[in-house]
Amino acid sequence: MTNVSTPIQYDEEKLIKEQGFDDHFHDHHHGDKYKSNFITTYIFSQDHKMIAKQFLITGIFWAIIGAAMSIIFRLQLGFPEESMAWLKPILGKWITINDAGIGTLAPEFYYALVTMHGTILVFFVLTAGLSGTFSNLLIPLQVGARDMASPFLNMLSYWFFFLAGLVMFISLFLSTGPFSGGWTAYPPLSALPQASSGSGAGMTLWIVSLVLFVVSVLLGGINYVTTVLNLRTKGMTMWRLPLTIWAFFVTAILGILSFPVLASAFFLVMCDRGLGTSFFISEIFIGGQALDNVGGSPILYQHLFWFLGHPEVYIIILPAMGLVSEVLSVHARKPIFGYKAMVFSILAIAFLSFIVWAHHMFMSGVNPFISNFFVIFTLIIAVPSAVKVFNWITTLYGGNIRFNSAMLFAIGFVSLFISGGLTGIFLGNSAIDIQMHDTYFVVAHFHIVMGIAAFFGMFAGIYNWYPKMFGTFMNETLGRIHFWGTMIGAYAIFWPMHYLGMAGVPRRYYRFDNFDAFSHFADSNKFITIAAIIVFALQILFVINFFYSIKNGKKMTTKNPWGANTLEWTTPIDAGHGNWPGNIPAVHRWAYDYGKDGHEFIPQIVPMREGEKDGGDH
Amino acid sequence: MNATLTESHYRNKIHPKKFALWVACASMTMMFAAFTSAYIVRQASGNWLEFNLPDVFSYSTGVILASSIVLHCAYIAFKKRNVFLYKGLLVLALLLGIAFVVLQYQGWLAMEKMGVQLTGNPSGSFVYVISGLHAAHVLGGISAIIVALVHAFALKFKVTKVRILRFELTLTYWHFVDLLWIYLFLFFIYQK
Repeated sequence: MTNVSTPIQYDEEKLIKEQGFDDHFHDHHHGDKYKSNFITTYIFSQDHKMIAKQFLITGIFWAIIGAAMSIIFRLQLGFPEESMAWLKPILGKWITINDAGIGTLAPEFYYALVTMHGTILVFFVLTAGLSGTFSNLLIPLQVGARDMASPFLNMLSYWFFFLAGLVMFISLFLSTGPFSGGWTAYPPLSALPQASSGSGAGMTLWIVSLVLFVVSVLLGGINYVTTVLNLRTKGMTMWRLPLTIWAFFVTAILGILSFPVLASAFFLVMCDRGLGTSFFISEIFIGGQALDNVGGSPILYQHLFWFLGHPEVYIIILPAMGLVSEVLSVHARKPIFGYKAMVFSILAIAFLSFIVWAHHMFMSGVNPFISNFFVIFTLIIAVPSAVKVFNWITTLYGGNIRFNSAMLFAIGFVSLFISGGLTGIFLGNSAIDIQMHDTYFVVAHFHIVMGIAAFFGMFAGIYNWYPKMFGTFMNETLGRIHFWGTMIGAYAIFWPMHYLGMAGVPRRYYRFDNFDAFSHFADSNKFITIAAIIVFALQILFVINFFYSIKNGKKMTTKNPWGANTLEWTTPIDAGHGNWPGNIPAVHRWAYDYGKDGHEFIPQIVPMREGEKDGGDH
Repeated sequence: MNATLTESHYRNKIHPKKFALWVACASMTMMFAAFTSAYIVRQASGNWLEFNLPDVFSYSTGVILASSIVLHCAYIAFKKRNVFLYKGLLVLALLLGIAFVVLQYQGWLAMEKMGVQLTGNPSGSFVYVISGLHAAHVLGGISAIIVALVHAFALKFKVTKVRILRFELTLTYWHFVDLLWIYLFLFFIYQK
C-alpha cells in the first residue's frame, strides 16, 4: 500500500443534498424543530449533544472529588506519621488533633473514603461519565440520526444521574459519615444499620443514590439500543457501523441486562434494612444479643452483586475500547485491522462477562468444582481481548501516525490494557487467587486494566471529539504533558503495588507500619503516594485545559479537522439540535476507508465507484 | 453496487417507542429472573419453610388473565371503530386490573393468617417481596390504562396512528405484567 495519497474530491453538501434522506426536517419549524430557550438549551436540554456535555462535566466534577479522596487516603498510607491537621478545615471532625498538634485521620473515615472513591469512580465517572458522554454524543451523530429515539427519556437519564449524584454528595456531609463498607456494599455492613457508623444514614443515602443511578443507566441504555437498531440512516448497515457504535451498543445491552439484577439485590437489602426480612442477615450477635433474623445468606448478595459487577467492568472498558479503535484508525490513517474480528470480540467479551461472576468469590467458600467452571471462562476472555490487542497493534503497524494527544492516549490505552490484562490471568486462577485475593495485587490489576485504561480511552475520546463538542481544540502542548506525565505516573503508582500484593499486603488497611510483615514497604508506599499526587496535579492541568479551551482554544475552521470518515464530521461546526440543517446524509461504505486507492480518506457519504468493494464486507 | 440506496429509510417495521418498550421489558425480566434465581440459590442451602400458596392467588391469576384478554378485545374494538365496545371493555379492563391488586393484597393477608410472616423464613419473605414488586409494576400498568381511559372519554373518537401506537404500548406492557405474574405464580407453585 502506498502512503502517497491525493485528497479525494467530493462535494459534501451536494452529496448530502442529492443522496441524503429528506425527513422533512425543515417543514415543522423555523430553523430548529426543537426551538429552545435558555433553560431547554442548557439545563433541561433534550439535545443529545448537550446531554453528552452535561454527563461529561458532571463526570469531571465527580472525578475530581473521587481522585481527591484517593489522595487523602494515599497520604495516610504513605505518610502515616505525618500530621493531617492541615486537612481539618475540609474534613472537620474526621481529623482529630492531639495535644502536640498532630492531626490524625479517623479510621472509620478512611474506610468511607475508600468506599466513596470506588463508588464514585466506578459508577459516576467511568459508567456515566464515559459511556453516558460518548454514547450520547456519538450514537446519533455516527449512525446519522437527528437525535435519540426518545430525547425526553434521554434527558431524564441525565437528571436521574444528577439526582443520584446529589444524594451521594449529601451523604458525604452526614455527621455519621458516608457509607464505609466498601463499594461492593456486602452485607452485613450494608444490611445492618447498626453495623458501623456509615451503615446507618450513610448507607440509606448510598442505596437511594444507586437506585436512582440504575434508573438513569436503564433509561439511557434503552435509548442507545433503540437508536442504534432503529434510527440508522439510509445505507448504514450494521456492518458499516464504526466500532465506537458497536461498543456503545453492546455496552448498553450489558447495562440493560445486568443493572436490573443489581436493583433486585438492592431491593432485598432495603427489605432487610427497613422491613426486618432475613435475605442476607442471620443470627449475628451484636452487643451480646443475637438478632431476630434467621437463615439469611450474605453469599447470596455476592452472587447478585457480581452478576452485575462483572459485566459492569466491561460496561466501563468496552466504550473505551470503541473510542480507542476509532482514534487509532483515524490517526494512523489506516483502516482498523480485522473489523469483523473486533466486532465478534466485543460480542464474545460481552457474552462471557455474564458467566464469570464467581471469580470475584473464589474465597467466599464456593465449591472448588464450581470455581473451575468460572476459572475456565475467565481465562477464555483472554482470547477475544488478545484479538483486540493484536488488531490495535496491527492497525498501528506501518501507519502514518499522527502523535497528537488523542492518539497518544489511545496508544497508552493499549499498553495499559496489556499490562493490566496479563495480571488478570493470574487472578483468574482460583489456586493463585488464594494467595493474591484482597491484596494490593488485585488493586494494581483492576486499576490498570479498567481504571487507568478506561480513563485513557476517555481522554483519547475527549481530545479527539472536543472540537465536535465545543468547536475549539484543546491545547496540544498541555495535552502531551498530560499524557506523558499520566502515563509514567500511572505506572509509577500501580507497578510497585504488584510487589506489595505478591508479598501479601492486604488492601483496605488503615496503616501498615505496625505490622512486621509489611512495614518494610513504607518507602514503596511513600513513592506511590508522591506519584499519585503528581498524577492528580496533572489531571487538574487537564481540567484547566478543558475549561479554558472552551472559549479560548484554537477555533475549528473546517468541518473535518482530522480527515475522518464518520458522519459526525459532516455536520456544521456549531450544529444545532437535529444535527444536519438539511437532509440526513446517506451512507455508502464502511467507516474505515483510509489510504484506499491512493486516497488518504474516503468519507462514508461518498458513493462507491463501479465495481468497488465495501471494506466491511470482507 | 448501490443496492443499499433502494432500502427504505425505516429500519424495521417496528416503531422505535415500541421497540424501546420491548427492551425495557427485557430489563424488567432480568430483574425478576434475578429474584427467582436468588430464591432457588437460597432454597438450595436449606432451612427453607415449605408452604402452599393461598387459593386467593389462583383467583388473582384468573383475574389478570381475564383483564389481558379484555384489554386486547378493547384494542380490537378500537381498531374496528366500535366505540361503545371499546369504551366498555376499557373500563372493564381497569376494574379487573384493580381487582387483581386487591386480590394480591388478600393473598398476603391469607399468608399472614397461615403464619407465614414477611419477616419470618426467607421462603415467605421472597413471596411477599417478589409479588409486592410485581404489584408495583401492575400499578404502573393501571395508571397507563387510566390515561387511556381519560383519552377515550375526553377526546373525540378518532383512529389515528398515534392513538393506535399509544394503545399498543399500553397493551404490550399490560400483557407483559400479565405473563410475568403467570411465570411467578407457576414458579411459586412448582418451586416451593
